Amino acid sequence: MSDTQTNSSVAFVQTEQIPPSPPPASEVGIVNWLRSKLFYSIPSSVMTLLAIAFIYWLCSIILPWVFNGVWDATSIRDCRDQLQGATGGCFAVISERWPQLIFGNYPADEYWRAVLALIGLFVALAPVLFFNLPRQLLWFTGLFPFIAYWLIWGGSLWVSIFALVGVVVGFFVFRALSERSFFGAIVAGIFATLLFWIFLTPALSGALSGIIPLMLVPVESRFIGGFMINFILGTSGIALSLPLGIALALGRQSNLPIIKGICVVFIEFIRGVPLITLLFVASVMLAYFLPPGTTFDLVLRVIIMVTLFAAAYIAEAIRGGLAALSRGQYEAADSLGLDYWQAMRLIILPQALKISIPSIVNIAIGLFKDTTLVSIISMFDVLGMIQGPILSSTEWFGVYWELLAFAGLLFFVFCYGISQYSQWLERQLNTGHR
Amino acid sequence: MAMTDQSPATMEVSDEIAITIESMNKWYGQFHVLRDIDLTVYRGERIVICGPSGSGKSTLIRCINALEEHQAGSITVDGTLLSSDLKNIDKIRSEVGMCFQHFNLFPHLTILENCTLAPIWVRKTPKKEAEETAMHFLEKVKIPDQANKYPGQLSGGQQQRVAIARSLCMKPRIMLFDEPTSALDPEMIKEVLDTMIELAEEGMTMLCVTHEMGFARQVANRVIFMDAGQIVEQNEPEEFFSNPKSDRTKLFLSQILGH
Repeated sequence: MSDTQTNSSVAFVQTEQIPPSPPPASEVGIVNWLRSKLFYSIPSSVMTLLAIAFIYWLCSIILPWVFNGVWDATSIRDCRDQLQGATGGCFAVISERWPQLIFGNYPADEYWRAVLALIGLFVALAPVLFFNLPRQLLWFTGLFPFIAYWLIWGGSLWVSIFALVGVVVGFFVFRALSERSFFGAIVAGIFATLLFWIFLTPALSGALSGIIPLMLVPVESRFIGGFMINFILGTSGIALSLPLGIALALGRQSNLPIIKGICVVFIEFIRGVPLITLLFVASVMLAYFLPPGTTFDLVLRVIIMVTLFAAAYIAEAIRGGLAALSRGQYEAADSLGLDYWQAMRLIILPQALKISIPSIVNIAIGLFKDTTLVSIISMFDVLGMIQGPILSSTEWFGVYWELLAFAGLLFFVFCYGISQYSQWLERQLNTGHR
Repeated sequence: MAMTDQSPATMEVSDEIAITIESMNKWYGQFHVLRDIDLTVYRGERIVICGPSGSGKSTLIRCINALEEHQAGSITVDGTLLSSDLKNIDKIRSEVGMCFQHFNLFPHLTILENCTLAPIWVRKTPKKEAEETAMHFLEKVKIPDQANKYPGQLSGGQQQRVAIARSLCMKPRIMLFDEPTSALDPEMIKEVLDTMIELAEEGMTMLCVTHEMGFARQVANRVIFMDAGQIVEQNEPEEFFSNPKSDRTKLFLSQILGH
């Protein structure tokens, strides 16, 4: 070792730190950006110019159509007269048929109820989506489905109230039994709620509405249409399929062979069948299986089918998240003495759900757009409205582009919003590493 | 947890039995992992288990808190017989703390939440009290200032010390360590070992799977050598290292101490 001390070219001790200096000028600035990103070689310059030409061509078609459009006309002929052969969309149909596109055949005097329900939805969603809002708002979220049902379908408020009471009864059954077995308590709770709904809710609400009516004008399901029905199906489908999907994913991982078998068969069956088939089953076939005389609302049937369909996919997305967790997380939870449900709720699911956010959002967006399939089982959703009453009317015969572009834009706004929210959520939940 | 001023290696061990393992056997499918294990651990003992990889030493301590199931023989922890009854398993798990090679902290919770989770949900401790206890133990492992960070922001050594604090928050009577320093950089091994030594000084009953022979010499009152699923040799550390009886032990010691 002694020769390293004499040979100064080998031995070296750094005595001071090299201070940081700014990057060279060629690495910053707009000219450099253009050169390094757009024109760094001859092929890249050609591609850039071609892309610019393509964008220009696209804009030269779309922009005049949009900005030269007619917003005030009574019919397609009126539009053409105003345009006098120039390029331009006939957007008057959207303003003219706005109520139909949004509310379907919902009675015009009752539009306020739908609007109020929509506002309520946003208030109810807020504490679920943004967890820094006061937690007390969740009480409203819990009540909202019952309020929304009453607002949209009308009838007596007592139906909603006793439906809610049924849920509360189920909750207390769950709480009373949860000390003994969490899973058994959930099943018993759901069972108690269903029994209450079937046997007590109609009788009690009927009796009380005889004394104090609390009535809104009843609106039948067949009058609910337009974008409103897409929204109802989409939000309730997503909201209901998430817990069901979680249950299915956990069931599929279960050590109990029968529960596992049921979940696997359910998931594989639903995933193997097209949604439109399930919707036909909902609209036509279900009536055969039900006892004669039972009125089982079509919207409810479709919600059930859409929920089951999305739940199967969400279950698989969550299974992917569960598989991504290391065995150590389960073992750490076990070694601390947490029981299965505590481990799932506190340790496993929060992480698995976080990992599966992108796929769950993907499924949610898909589900929301798939609600337009109900137009095939002759429900007048926004597409059903366009294809049916609007396009077949004498005034607006043949105004495809404008209407479909509008429907597309409507869906895009919401889907893009969902996507942006999910990216924000992922950033919020990022805690360093997985 | 009796407080003593003695250095760990000379500390007295009580007559009270903490763990009894009697002719315990375990198979993975056809593979006979643990063969006729007999072991009695007295309260306050610090036992180091070593052996080549695949010798079943991790499996042995994982059987003690039922992370692995044994198929024959019996394990009794603090007087509770380990059976397939979930109540017994949960009781034993809440008495026995465990630290893993890869820490297994919960990455979605802060350090403080990692430490308070089990006391709050398993022991039903009020949140405020659980947080005070957690801060006490975080101070003990010398990282109270990291309490509101996430595990991903800490170094490996710090994470392992949090894992120890997390186990201590359940006030366990026995601690199991499954190669706690094997995944750490050399610089961080010392800080974790120091924490473990401190724990030993307080009289905690400890079972430690480790290759840190310096730690074994300094802290353990018994060293167990395992090979091919059985206990080959056990002795006091001084005797174990200076005068190993079996040839297999001699070979093992020459391999790990030779470099």
